[in-house]
Amino acid sequence: MIFLSNLVNGISLGSIYAIIALGYTMVYGIAKMLNFAHGDVIMVGAYIAFCALQYWNLPPVLALIVAMLVCTALGITIEGLAYRPLRQAASLAVLITAIGMSYLLQNLALLIWGPNPKSFPATTMMALPTFSLFGGKLNISGVTLVAILANIVIMLVLTTFISRTKVGKAMRCVSEDRGAAELMGINVNRTISTTFAIGSALAAVAGILLCSAYPTLMPTTGSMPGIKAFTAAVFGGIGSIPGAMIGGILLGVIEILGKAYISTELGDAIVFAVLIIVLLFRPTGLLGKPIREKV
Amino acid sequence: MNAKKKKLIYNSVTFGIVILAFVLCNVFYKDMSRSLRGQLIPITCWIVMAVSLNLVVGISGELSLGHAGFMSIGAFSGIVASGWLLNGFQVENETLRLVIAIVVGGVMAGIFGVLIGIPVLRLRGDYLAIVTLAFGEIIRNVLNCVYASVDGQKLVLGFINPNLPGKLLLNGPNGAVSVGKIATFTAGFVLIILSLIVVLNLVNSRTGRAIMATRDNRIAAESVGINVTKYKMIAFVTAAVLAGMAGALYGLNYSTLIPGKFKFDQSINVLVFVVLGGIGNTLGAIISATVLTMLPELLREFADYRMLVYAVVLILVMIFTNNPTVRAIAESIFAPVKKLFQGKKNAATQGAQGGVGK
Repeated sequence: MIFLSNLVNGISLGSIYAIIALGYTMVYGIAKMLNFAHGDVIMVGAYIAFCALQYWNLPPVLALIVAMLVCTALGITIEGLAYRPLRQAASLAVLITAIGMSYLLQNLALLIWGPNPKSFPATTMMALPTFSLFGGKLNISGVTLVAILANIVIMLVLTTFISRTKVGKAMRCVSEDRGAAELMGINVNRTISTTFAIGSALAAVAGILLCSAYPTLMPTTGSMPGIKAFTAAVFGGIGSIPGAMIGGILLGVIEILGKAYISTELGDAIVFAVLIIVLLFRPTGLLGKPIREKV
Repeated sequence: MNAKKKKLIYNSVTFGIVILAFVLCNVFYKDMSRSLRGQLIPITCWIVMAVSLNLVVGISGELSLGHAGFMSIGAFSGIVASGWLLNGFQVENETLRLVIAIVVGGVMAGIFGVLIGIPVLRLRGDYLAIVTLAFGEIIRNVLNCVYASVDGQKLVLGFINPNLPGKLLLNGPNGAVSVGKIATFTAGFVLIILSLIVVLNLVNSRTGRAIMATRDNRIAAESVGINVTKYKMIAFVTAAVLAGMAGALYGLNYSTLIPGKFKFDQSINVLVFVVLGGIGNTLGAIISATVLTMLPELLREFADYRMLVYAVVLILVMIFTNNPTVRAIAESIFAPVKKLFQGKKNAATQGAQGGVGK
């Protein structure tokens, strides 16, 4: 029964990782860049929701919407100001810019909200009962279920969006061949902006879920989940949307089970070790496309 | 011939600047502020880190995001070596202990460099980057669980188990305790010179050319019979050894040191030194490591805003040096100035050639 409860917690944490990993994987698939600032967009989203609940006394649904809107605007702004001028530049230059952007967001948050950890009003955000199964042997908190449900819904909506709509088709085109997409009259810049907007809105959702489950909010809150989610994206095969979901959930389950059954101290090491082992046997992740070499 | 001459000039200038900076620091040591003096040894460590990472990122062309991991291996094995010598064998001579600690740090980091390099160098591009990041995090996580103590002349190591006999040297997540501060600025200087000799000679050798060939075109290099993995490994392990040595020096400069000090951020910082200095440019890496390590100290008055300024500068420098439009504008502004200099230079070279002709 303890195993089952750990498993559910792992899937829940993994669902949060999966939602964050979607942001990484979509941006990587379309703009071919590692957006290291993504983890910090999560943090901003959580802070905005915190302010909405605590200071402006908005209802939870509005807080979620406000956080998503602010993060969407932030994502588009970051892309337009920092990444767009570097579209033709070497990938290392873009990576450093993304790192600079990550520092910038963290330090802005530090200036605005101060260095002291804030306690996220998790119970106000999600006033949900804890579900008891098997006569109280298995307790699942509301947040856990919401995270899993949110992940499933997001995944279904996103898959439909990418495969059915015109914008989604444009995204797939740009990720396949940017030059050819441009020749076919696709507005590449706008497509990339849309990708950032979607990724950042999802980051806001992930931030709120993360802080509802672990209610300590600091300017550095986003960095470790960001790195883990990035790992999850690579694990599943970066650029692939189902890969992000599988990678995220597996990573969350491995982390929780590793901490419970192997060693609490080595939880993170186990996660990264599994990633390395997977990459040794499948060098492009679980669902990644093999790299073809042309001479 | 000309290329050789250029290299010779570049190398002499690099060595010259380092030696000059060392002499100047010693001459003006008394006039320096306390905080600046405290920065001297860390600066030398970060310079060695930047020079060594430059070998991986610039010369061998692989993005490594876990360089701080090798530094921490060097730091903690150096601290253990120094503590063991002092407490187990009563070696009081600080210079001897420092040298042995640095060598041990380098060797340990080198061993891990080989172990990590074997799986890592099979991967390509971004996958390679994420795996180096993962290894950096694993090293930090595992070091958090390592305990070490000296019992008599014996070194006792413990994993997760904090109850060890004798004098404790490493205390898991609390890191190294009661470390002797035996690092010296001169040792840092010697280490920089050593790393420069190693890296510059390597780059200008047959091996170095092979490494650069694998960077520029892997398939072409393979097809002329270059063993790609071997040469990438040489660059990776050399960089790991240098990073370990820098780590040992760094660790012995503080009275306490925790594994959490070598987080992912530190690896990124070193990468920033390399990229801002100009990828593949050793002198540039040295200069940017120095300036960027000192920058937070210099901006102390703007304490709250200094990291913000740092971030903005980072982004702006990247945009200014990489955006074609911005570059064109900058060049059109600087064109008259450049012309002025070039005119003079041309006249000078013509004069010199005339001299040779006579």
